[in-house]
This record gives sequence, structure tokens and C-alpha cells, in this order.
Amino acid sequence: MSSYLDTGGRGGIAGWIFSTDHKRIGILYLATMTGLFFVAVVIGVLMRVEQLVLDPPLFAPQVYNAFFTVHGVIMIFMFVLPGLGAVFGNFFLPIMIGARDVSFPRLNLMSWYAFVAGTVIVFVSLFTGDGAPDTGWTFYVPFSVRTGTNVTLGLTGVFMLGFSSILTGLNFITTIHRLRAPGMTWHRMPLFAWSLYGTAWVQLLATPIVGITLLLVIAERVFGIGVFDPAKGGDPILYQHLFWTYSHPAVYIMILPAMGAITEILPTFAHRTVFGYKAIAYSSMAIAFLGSLVWGHHMFTSGMSEQANLLFSLFTFLVAVPSAIKVFNWTSTLYKGSIEVRPPMLYALTFVFLFAIGGLTGLMQGALAVNVHLHDTYFIVGHFHYVMFGGTGVAFFAALLYWFPKMFGRTYNERVANLAWAPIFVGFNLLYFGMLVLGYMGMPRRYFTHLPQYHTGHVIASVGSFILAAGLVLFFANLVVALLRGKRAESNPWGGVTLEWRIGSPPPAENFDVIPEIQGRPYRFNPEVSE
Amino acid sequence: MPFIPQASSAAGRVDAVFLFILVLSAVFLVFITATLVWFVIRYNRKRHPRGVDIEGNGWLEFAWTAIPTLIFITMFLYGWTNYSYMREVPRDAMVIEVTGRQWAWSFRYPNGKRTSHLLLAADRPVKLELHSLDVIHGFFIAAFRIKQDVVPGKVNYTWFVPTQLGTFDIECTVICGVSHAIMNAKAVVVPVEGFEAWYFGEEDDIPARFLKPASPAPAPAPESALELLNRKSCTECHSVDGSPMVGPTLKGIYGREGAVLDRDGRERAVMIDDDYVRRAIVDPAAEITRGYPPAMPETVMTDEELRRMVDYIRSLR
Repeated sequence: MSSYLDTGGRGGIAGWIFSTDHKRIGILYLATMTGLFFVAVVIGVLMRVEQLVLDPPLFAPQVYNAFFTVHGVIMIFMFVLPGLGAVFGNFFLPIMIGARDVSFPRLNLMSWYAFVAGTVIVFVSLFTGDGAPDTGWTFYVPFSVRTGTNVTLGLTGVFMLGFSSILTGLNFITTIHRLRAPGMTWHRMPLFAWSLYGTAWVQLLATPIVGITLLLVIAERVFGIGVFDPAKGGDPILYQHLFWTYSHPAVYIMILPAMGAITEILPTFAHRTVFGYKAIAYSSMAIAFLGSLVWGHHMFTSGMSEQANLLFSLFTFLVAVPSAIKVFNWTSTLYKGSIEVRPPMLYALTFVFLFAIGGLTGLMQGALAVNVHLHDTYFIVGHFHYVMFGGTGVAFFAALLYWFPKMFGRTYNERVANLAWAPIFVGFNLLYFGMLVLGYMGMPRRYFTHLPQYHTGHVIASVGSFILAAGLVLFFANLVVALLRGKRAESNPWGGVTLEWRIGSPPPAENFDVIPEIQGRPYRFNPEVSE
Repeated sequence: MPFIPQASSAAGRVDAVFLFILVLSAVFLVFITATLVWFVIRYNRKRHPRGVDIEGNGWLEFAWTAIPTLIFITMFLYGWTNYSYMREVPRDAMVIEVTGRQWAWSFRYPNGKRTSHLLLAADRPVKLELHSLDVIHGFFIAAFRIKQDVVPGKVNYTWFVPTQLGTFDIECTVICGVSHAIMNAKAVVVPVEGFEAWYFGEEDDIPARFLKPASPAPAPAPESALELLNRKSCTECHSVDGSPMVGPTLKGIYGREGAVLDRDGRERAVMIDDDYVRRAIVDPAAEITRGYPPAMPETVMTDEELRRMVDYIRSLR
């Protein structure tokens, strides 16, 4: 049977951009998102250069403000938010649950078009009107209403991106409910699918809130209605509530599929079943639920009521519990395994370490007294890069290394993948641990310059960013070489047991000749030896 | 915290909560990392060729749900109680009105004195009432561990007791536009006698001697005109050497003709002379130089200071 890569009816580019095959759509997302990721990496590095060259500043303050806004918008809305769900979810969810495609393949393609349309609009906003948006990715009112830059168009683009997310969520929920293979009960579903299920609900329920909020800001800019601007009788704190009601759950949209992918990788390379299947599955749902009740921790210094501060701080600590449960179960999954540290495993273990730092620094900020000091400083920038980059980003790399042979039917050079790990790990920690220290010293975020006492820290962070960027280039160059010249991959190079490893590499166009019948729990690596 | 002074009553409390969580976090991180590494070595495929499918353990799941929950709630309570302290203002606190605008801070004392930096008496509680004239700003003094958003249409507050003499940085923490990063001021803590001498004295804005780093050096030289411009924050937006900044440079403008927009946005030509410079400092919004944002705050200045400033700008032609 021919693979999805060489069928499709139409040839060339049309065969891709008009394909409703979930696998091709996954690849479309991978290609667009990787390109966007590198654009944002370059902007990130330029920001670090700015902190080295202070007097006169290398980039004008207005340019720097556009840099951090665009870096944030791209990384958040176009990379980590669609994240592992859009790429590996689209590609592997149907395969892992024994389906031939998602429930609504055409809607799935449309979600990619919404993504591309949103991206194009955001990029147009950079080069038209009176300058690129300069508000930061949070678009806080009243500054976002009053600034003369091209915020209206930028917001329209982000609004479009939201549609992509909603449609994907809707599709995944329906697919998981309707298209599981015979015998695949909820508790036989792979944990990556569980994590996508929790995520999809958040996408479906929370994204419309930010959509309408951004529309209100647009209406305020264009028609001058005063919902948020106090000069017109509005309430700027209301904007923050609405924005974070979505945008906090959104960070769980970003991290949950990453956790799911890690949960696939660890048992495969430990060659034993996952420890605490139900605990991991339900903790995903608990994170999705509790994560919807903590948005106020972005507003501890905004002057909202002390009762609200109290509750949001309490919930913030409670949402750490299911995350801790996952870390403990991942660790235990290695116990009495037969562990092979190949590149996906190396990156997955790195994920656990970096995500732990991200989570623990989150505890520090969740404590109200400490939050007052750390709010809006480099500490929070460091914290969310540990979670979003060290977490989601590194999990994305791990998942890419894990599933690359399956997706493309090619193998990559494992030594180079391991080699690229070193600069990524060292550079990452210099950069973001440096930011944590700078933040505690009092360095505020979104500054094109800094006071002299912070300079040493900035130099260390900048050097780290250069090392990290070099590692990223090596990492992706290795995969590009593999795409072009890699050896043919076997159908199951790592000895995995979920369904995707039982079909060819790359998978056939229809995934399965015959839809498999599921007999038992997933992750039974050693059915004859068990305790 | 050796790398950042603990200069207020809140600082020790914030640091204590932080250290408490930091120590527990470090223990957890070391434990998890060590366990991961140990398992990877101990159960390496060479040493341990067959894995064992252990599906889970109810007691362990219970333990690592319950124990972290208890620890997290302890952290929450410790953070909350110290935060409560930071929100309960003592009755004898002096109330100072802080106003943020794009992109400068100003301070108004109960007796009406206005300053561009914050002068404080050591060991006396102060309450800051925070006002914004335009967009949201963030009022942050790292050495005091206090921060509060400055929201238009809403009066937020913060309070503290300064406990250490010295000069500390005030920084804006909420993105507020092009000069967000240089929206700085100083908090100067002096002994009570020094504060009262100023507070009940003739000088209006903070005298330059307070802004110099404390040193037992001989009597300070009289303030130069450029130092005056620095102290009044003029040079945060206007260069004196022709380089472009937020506002027009002051170099070479005197004696030229310039284009300004009045309050209704009508354009008009003006001659930059003594009279114009004076007007531009006293009421900057009345005549905005074409091509620049209407960003300059009204600055409090004595007649003497105003005269020296005009002289200085004239000398830059």
C-alpha cells in the first residue's frame, strides 16, 4: 500500500494545500510553525543583542517594543499554542485511536487556512499602517487603545488564529468520542490522546472569550466605544480579567499535549508500561479544569479585591498538585525499566528537568507576598520560558525526534541530535536562569535598556541565547539533512507498542487496511513479566 | 539576599517566603533529578535487559497527591499572611500621592510640595496613593520589594517603612510606550531630621545634595546646569548633543524658527527665544513641537531654576 506522502490525487503543492488527510495537515502545520518559530528566534536573539549594546541603543526603543510584541505574538499564538496538538495531534491522534482520519477532515483543513490567514494578517500589520504593534502580546488597555501603531490589524490576525484553535479542538473532541477503534475504551486510550482531549475542551470553551475581547478592543479603537478605556467610562481591569480568563487556560493548551507526548516517549525507551495510567489521564483533566480557575494570578498587583487575590493564589497552588503527580509518575515509569537513552529520551528527560524548574518557580510567584516583588520582572519571563520553551518547546523537539522516522520514513543522525542537545541545554539555562536572577534583583520586563546593576546578568543571558540559537540551528539542520538524505526508517525503530508503530513508516494513506480491534491496555511492553 | 538590599519593612518578609519556597523547591528538584539519573543508570538496558510492567501503586499515588497538597497549602498560607501585612496600612503613615504619566513620575506631599523623586524619612511609614494620567504603569521599588499597578480611573495604594538610608531605583513595570524603560525615578531615604528640614523648608523639589550617592566628600560643588537638567529628568527625553531621543534635542535650537501644534492641533511657527523656552517648560502641552509626541510633563521649577535652564539652552546654540 502506498504511503500518504506519495498519494493524494493531485501532484505538487496543490496535493498538500488542498489535502484533507490529517497527516498532510499535520505536516503543513509542522512546516509553517517551524518557519515561524525561527523568525521569532531571530527576533529573540536581536533583543538579546540590544541588551549588550546600550549606548546608543542598537535598535531604537520603538523597534525594540515591536520586537518583544512580535516575538511574543509569534511564539505564543503561532508556535506553542497550536503546538504539539496541531502537528502531532493531527498526525497521530487518529492513528493512535485506530481511525482513518479525524471526524471533520475538511474543517481540519479549514483550521489550517484560518491559521495561515491569521499569520498573514499579523505579518501585514507589521509593515503597514503607523508601525508594528508595540503593546506586548498581552495588548493591555488603555495603552493598546491609545497607541498609534497598527494594533487593530494585529488583533484581527490573532482573532483569526483563535478560529484555527477552536476548530481543531472541536475536531479532536468529536474524533475521540466517535472514532475510537472497536475495543478502545477510554481507559485503553493512549495518554497522548487523553492530553489532547483535555486540551480540546479548553480550546473550545476558552478561545471564544479572547476572541470577543479582542473584538471589543478593535471596536474601541475604531468606533471609540468605551468598554475598557477609563477616559470613556470603561474599566481596564475588566480587559485583564477577560484576557486572562482565556490566556491562562491557554498555557495549559500549550503544555498538556507536551505532557502527553512525554508520556508516550518515557515508557517506550524505558521499555515498560507507564506508571499510574489513570493518575496521568485524570491529572490532565484536573489541570484543564483547575487551570481555568487561576487566571487572576496574572493580576495580583492590579488592585483587584484581596478576596480575589486570596482565592486565585490558593487555586494556583492547587493546580500545581496534578502537575506534581505527573512528574512523580513519569519518574516512577523509569523504575525497573530497561532504559535506552536515545535522542527522544534524552530530550524527554530534559523536559522533566526544565519543566520542574518552570513549575517550581511558578510556586514562588503564586505566593502573594513574593508575587508583589516578582510581578512583571525578568523572573516571570524566565519562569514562562522554562515552562513554555523548556517544557513545550523541548517536548516538541522530543516528539519530533520520536515520531520523525514514522512521519517521514527517514532516520536522522542520532549522534548529531545528541550533540545539539548540549548547546541547547547549556544555552537555555544560562539565558533563562540568568533571567530568574535578574528578575529577583528587580529587572523589569519589556525594557529596551537597563540600569547598570543589571548589566552582568544581561551579558550572561545574551551569551546563553547565542549558544542556544546555535544548538537550535544544529538540531533542525540535522532533521533537514535527514529529510533529504536520511536512510529509510523501519516501521518500529524504538520498539513502541501504540498503534502508530504497527503500521508502515511513513504511514499508508488510509492508515489501516483493516481497523484494528483493541484487546487490552496500552503500553504492555512485557506482558509475560509483570508484578 | 546579598545582591539586593532589604531596605523596607516588607523586604524581609518577601525574602523569607521566597527562601522558604526556594529551599523546598531545591530539595524537590535535586530529589527528582537524582532519582531520574539513578534509574537511568541502574535500569540501563545493558544492566537490566528486561523491563517490568508495574502498572501503579495506589498508596504511592495517594502519598504524592496528599503530601504536595499539604506543602502547597502551607506555602499559600505563608505567602498570604505576609501579603496581608503588606496591605494593612498603619494609621500614622504619611500619605504621598504618586502620579504616573507617559513617561515620568511625580510625587505630591501632604503639605502640597511636589517633587520628581521620592524623598522619604527613615523608619517612618508611608502610604503611596497611585494615580495615572494616561495608561497603566507599574510602580516598583525592588529594594523595598513593593510593586503596584498604577491604573487610570482607579486609585491603588501600597505602603512600607523605609529601613535603610540610601538611594534606590523606582522603575515602571507595565509597558506604557516608547520610553517605558526609562520611566525611572529615585527613592531617597534620609534621616528624619534631614527629611523634616526639607519638608518644612523653602526648597520645593528635592535638592540635588540628596540625589548624590552618600559620601563623606568635602562640600559638594554647586550644581551645574546640566546636572539641573538631569535632576529634573529633562535629559531622559531631550539630548544636549544633537542625538535623537523621544523629544527634540536641545542642541542648536535656540534662535531658530520652529513649527508647533497648539492644543487644537493647529500648526504655527514660533521663534525659539527666551520667552518660548520658558513657555515650553512651564506649559509644554500648549505648544507641541511638530513631529514629536505630546509627552512632556509639567515640571515644578523655581524661578531661579527656570532662569538657569533658559540660559543653558541659549548656550547650546
